[in-house]
Amino acid sequence: MVRFSEEQMTEFKRLVARYPEGKQKSALLPVLHLAQDSFGGWLSSETMDYVAELLQITPIEVYEVATFYSMYNLKPVGKYMFEVCQTGPCMLKGSDDIIAYIGEKLGIKPGETTQDGMFTLKTVECLGACGYAPMMQLGKHYREHLTKESVDAIIDECRKTAVNLN
Amino acid sequence: MSKKLLLEKAHVEGIRYFDVYRREGGYRSVEKALKEMSPEAIVEEVKKSGLRGRGGAGFPAGMKWSFIAKPEGVPRHLVCNADESEPGTFKDRYLMEFIPHLLIEGLIVSSFALGSNDTYIYIRGEYAWIVNILEQAINEAKNNGFLGKNILGTGFDCNIHVQRGAGAYICGEETALIESLEGKRGNPRIKPPFPAVKGVWDRPTVVNNVETLAAVVPIINMGGDEYAKIGVGRSTGTKLISACGNINKPGVYEIDMTISVEEFIYSDEYCGGIANGKKLKACIPGGSSVPILPANLLLKTAKGETRYMNYESLADGGFATGSMMGSGGFIVLDEDQCVVRHTLSLARFYRHESCGQCSPCREGTGWMEKILKNIEYGKGKMSDIDLLWDIQRKIEGNTICPLGDAAAWPVAAAIRHFRDEFEWHVLNPEESQKRNYGLAHYADPIHVPVG
Repeated sequence: MVRFSEEQMTEFKRLVARYPEGKQKSALLPVLHLAQDSFGGWLSSETMDYVAELLQITPIEVYEVATFYSMYNLKPVGKYMFEVCQTGPCMLKGSDDIIAYIGEKLGIKPGETTQDGMFTLKTVECLGACGYAPMMQLGKHYREHLTKESVDAIIDECRKTAVNLN
Repeated sequence: MSKKLLLEKAHVEGIRYFDVYRREGGYRSVEKALKEMSPEAIVEEVKKSGLRGRGGAGFPAGMKWSFIAKPEGVPRHLVCNADESEPGTFKDRYLMEFIPHLLIEGLIVSSFALGSNDTYIYIRGEYAWIVNILEQAINEAKNNGFLGKNILGTGFDCNIHVQRGAGAYICGEETALIESLEGKRGNPRIKPPFPAVKGVWDRPTVVNNVETLAAVVPIINMGGDEYAKIGVGRSTGTKLISACGNINKPGVYEIDMTISVEEFIYSDEYCGGIANGKKLKACIPGGSSVPILPANLLLKTAKGETRYMNYESLADGGFATGSMMGSGGFIVLDEDQCVVRHTLSLARFYRHESCGQCSPCREGTGWMEKILKNIEYGKGKMSDIDLLWDIQRKIEGNTICPLGDAAAWPVAAAIRHFRDEFEWHVLNPEESQKRNYGLAHYADPIHVPVG
């Protein structure tokens, strides 16, 4: 059963308190981020129903939002998700090669997760790092100026679980 | 050297923290505005400054503020649009990351001018670490009496809240942003009613870009008239340009809009020239939505005059031979880049980001991507080029929000200026898989564009 811990509940209440009384639905996007971070990196239907109950809205109101925004994962993802930008400015700086290299190195295609559940490769659209391309998001941080060598180093870092995702 | 109003102090050590920012002269505009000025006088100064919205549309900020409705007993809200998502644009990120108190200072003054006691920053979800930077700055401002109840003893209450989006370009459109702030899908609203009358929770709302709100600080400090003296014509003040692509020095630059495009690209003070000694092929000067220009039309207008980095000059010639200042996302393509491939990448972006509400955009963006893919991968027909032109024309102007136009313009401009490159792909399906078309005649000053 999914339930926020006491600490997560305090954060939930802080988020809801930012909006006028009766407008608690406004907290839906931040609460879904909190839920995704709290319950294994993705939103199960059980998690979404729980969020609906907490915010006193109908489950469909949660589903329609969760399916609209690209940052919510609707199925399990790897412990480390490489979100590599592929839009124009990154493409000009060789993002296609970086995506292919990561795929080859991990043996997966974009959208897939390695069998050991360690890595997911995901292509994303412009993340606002165009001057520092090619780039990827890893957890809450950006990894920029990617080269094959730096990708190797990041994968090694992850394997040694020395990566801070927050 | 351009005058710097926003980033002058961005590299002072510790400027991210309140004490250093304050020591460097920060929060003076809050003292001046709240203690010496009326809200109406602040709006008047912003009007006089000629400040235009820095998010992309370039609408006069003071005029936008003056539209806000003031029904008795209904709270009003200021919302800061930090959903920076236009490909090529990363200036707001830079400002928030390096000098967050400048935005907070601008927000306090603007909230006072508009009568907003609860102000929201809607920031794109991927800028997760910047949320922490902003919240820390907000807490510091609060602890020092610049936010919260009875600010500086003036009786004005204001709180600033940061809300993270979750990955949707469309939420940079102000009514989609408002929907998202209310916890809904980012489907833009039909206007009217405009947000100034019915915005978030049906209350009067002003939505402004990060850079626009930061610019309020120097406007209050120096006065609107002085601010208007910087720049040229209706391009007043300074503008942040984020430069990327095949240049030597990508990054964020503050310019005063009097420099030429040529100086911006080739001067060591800015982009430092094209990387690896290559030649300039094309440029998208204002974020991916604005028309791409070949080198010849970028550096000089169709009349042969020098083109400058300001709203009017970049737009000189309309869409036939000009482009737009847009968000200031300056994307440079060198001679080795393929315009078809780059246009395909942008078409995929817009297909991915269409909210799906209006059929011309929902269906049209998908069709454009498919056709461009065929041309790029050697499976295109000559008639596909005209079909693309036809589709983009039928999207433009036929949707609730400007995303449709934003998706149509890059395709239209690519065909308008680079039609021979598209034709070459169709006529040479095998060769086009092995090499790029190259520079051809695009850098030739006598090249006259089609259409």
